[in-house]
Amino acid sequence: MDFLTIIQILDSTIRLSTPLLLACLAGLFSERSGVFDIGLEGKMLIAAFFSAAIAAVTGSVWLGLLAGIASSMVLAGLHGLASITFRGNQLISGVAINFLAAGMTVLIAQDWFRQGGRTPSLIGAGRFAPIELPFAGALADVPVLGPIYSELLSGHSILVYFAFAAVPATWWILFRTRFGLRLRAVGENPAAVDTAGVSVVGLRYAAVGIAGILCGIAGAYLATALQAGFVKDMTAGRGFIALAALIFAKWRPWHAMGACLLFGFLQAIALRFQNIDLGGLIIPVQVMDALPYILTVVILAGFVGKAIPPRAGGEPYVKER
Amino acid sequence: MDRMPKWADVVLIPLISLILAAALSALVILGIGEDPVAAVKLMVQGAMGSTYGWGYTLYYATNFMFTGLAVAVAFHARLFNIGGEGQAMLGGLGVALVCLYIPWPHWTLALIGACAGAMLFGAAWAAIPAYLQAKRGSHIVITTIMFNFIAAAVLNYMLVNVMRPQGSMDPASARFPEAVQLPTLHELLLPLGINFSKAAPANVSLILAVLACIVVWALIWRTRLGYEIRAYGHSETGALYAGISPVRITMVAMLISGALAGLMATNNVMGEAERLVLNSTEGAGFIGIAVALMGRSHPFGVFLAAILFGFLYQGGAELALWTTIPRELIVVIQALVILFTGALDNMVRIPLERLFMSMNRKRRNRGEGAPLPERKPTQPSE
Repeated sequence: MDFLTIIQILDSTIRLSTPLLLACLAGLFSERSGVFDIGLEGKMLIAAFFSAAIAAVTGSVWLGLLAGIASSMVLAGLHGLASITFRGNQLISGVAINFLAAGMTVLIAQDWFRQGGRTPSLIGAGRFAPIELPFAGALADVPVLGPIYSELLSGHSILVYFAFAAVPATWWILFRTRFGLRLRAVGENPAAVDTAGVSVVGLRYAAVGIAGILCGIAGAYLATALQAGFVKDMTAGRGFIALAALIFAKWRPWHAMGACLLFGFLQAIALRFQNIDLGGLIIPVQVMDALPYILTVVILAGFVGKAIPPRAGGEPYVKER
Repeated sequence: MDRMPKWADVVLIPLISLILAAALSALVILGIGEDPVAAVKLMVQGAMGSTYGWGYTLYYATNFMFTGLAVAVAFHARLFNIGGEGQAMLGGLGVALVCLYIPWPHWTLALIGACAGAMLFGAAWAAIPAYLQAKRGSHIVITTIMFNFIAAAVLNYMLVNVMRPQGSMDPASARFPEAVQLPTLHELLLPLGINFSKAAPANVSLILAVLACIVVWALIWRTRLGYEIRAYGHSETGALYAGISPVRITMVAMLISGALAGLMATNNVMGEAERLVLNSTEGAGFIGIAVALMGRSHPFGVFLAAILFGFLYQGGAELALWTTIPRELIVVIQALVILFTGALDNMVRIPLERLFMSMNRKRRNRGEGAPLPERKPTQPSE
């Protein structure tokens, strides 16, 4: 394997990690506030569809992005309504949201575009164009560092840079602001937050709303930057890999980035090579597909440091009288 | 005091939830420019208007009975087994191995062997998440989700690299021998003088599914183990105090759940496809969640809900065939059913409870109904 191949694999690692990272941070906000969210997949999917559909109709990818975020927020609101206001089962609500998105996207796409549940291919301003970092062209010939800068770091869409910038932002919001302190507290001990006179319901809705925005961006990235248009079930389990990454990272932002890069790397490898030959030992491609899930189970089992979720996670808060 | 009569809890709430889901589905159909009344007519005609339609409806219903029961048993122990899909996939692997590599003389023996294989593989796939939940506290929902994906990879590997016949490009196992082919409803009903459609895939495993409903009912409400499972589901601390081991109940409930999900393979793999293909489960494991929620985790409720979903599936296929409404409409209906009967349960329940309480109060004020006995002041209030 030569240097350029490695650069190319790392480059696609970054591309493939981005939707995982955005969805993972979405889950991080939601679950830190005590609302389990297995509907990441569905929110990404509906955002992918609406961003591609609006971008195709209007020709503007930015309007598409807004539409994607808005549709994802609608599902997030539904999740909030079910799990916060009506104190229903958060996991069941998440399952329902995933199915709702899987069905509605195809239904609307078929009715709207009549192309078998896909949107027309996006061209020109309908997609996010790659951004060349300054001097990327001039530095390309510098040995080693040149390709790293011009191939690996430069030339991604703006959403990629946004996703990676969101990591320190998330860390700062959660661990350095009053809002973040309260948000984490509401996921650990909502009664204490309530006693302090802060609205548990308000905080949880805020967290679920942030998750909606981030999932919306993740979906829009899939349909308008990574690929050019929406196809049926295009999230392909990424929401669940993001969930796995969240547990792998033990609900911490910087670790989430590490986990998403690792899982993105596995996807990039699986995409490029079919079966990997390690000196006689052949690793079939299916092992690479299953590895994120296997790693998550191992982490969950507590063999490599225990993953402890936010204590009030999954439980609706009932005010005492 | 009960806030609500029992019949309201068992019948009225699911019914209202179902009506809400149906109303929203009708709006969805209207939204895509089709006529909901015509669509329902077409679905009823397609799913129940002929023995052919019934054959498909019952075939799907058989799948959903197994997966619905699987989810329901776990629900009784307050475990959410989202992994029915993976367990059913592995059950299919078990059935395929039993059917392909053991020379069975007759389908009855083969069915017994296939049941054993399906239950063993399904239960084994549920065993690891169950053990991790019981012993190490790993959240069973997350682990079963992960195991669904791992199951898909295992099946993919087995079909592409191990079980695929030589020279075949298709990722599928070889066709099962003639001897293990299960009789369809056509063959079963012909001696009784009923001419059931030959082309429909409903087969003898429907009877197996109905038997499973009865066995699960007996298990949950008529045995000591079932009592322990329900006690554990109602209150973990209470069960612990009564000497019920949480580890044992978690393991046993999940093993039963996994075995039931695995049994589905006798229908779709052995009865219909007669070979193992990729994605043979077609999401039936997830529909089990909707079925169990709608059936209130009661085997009879699961039976009815499974038939309803069987009807929706076959009716949806007919819709896709004759109109421009895609099959995904069923996925939307399924989502709405899960949403209303599962997650938004309180939205229906709380107003209904208020209604019944105010009705009780009125009746008491008017002095109707059962006259309240004179109470001694020392009697503790209810």
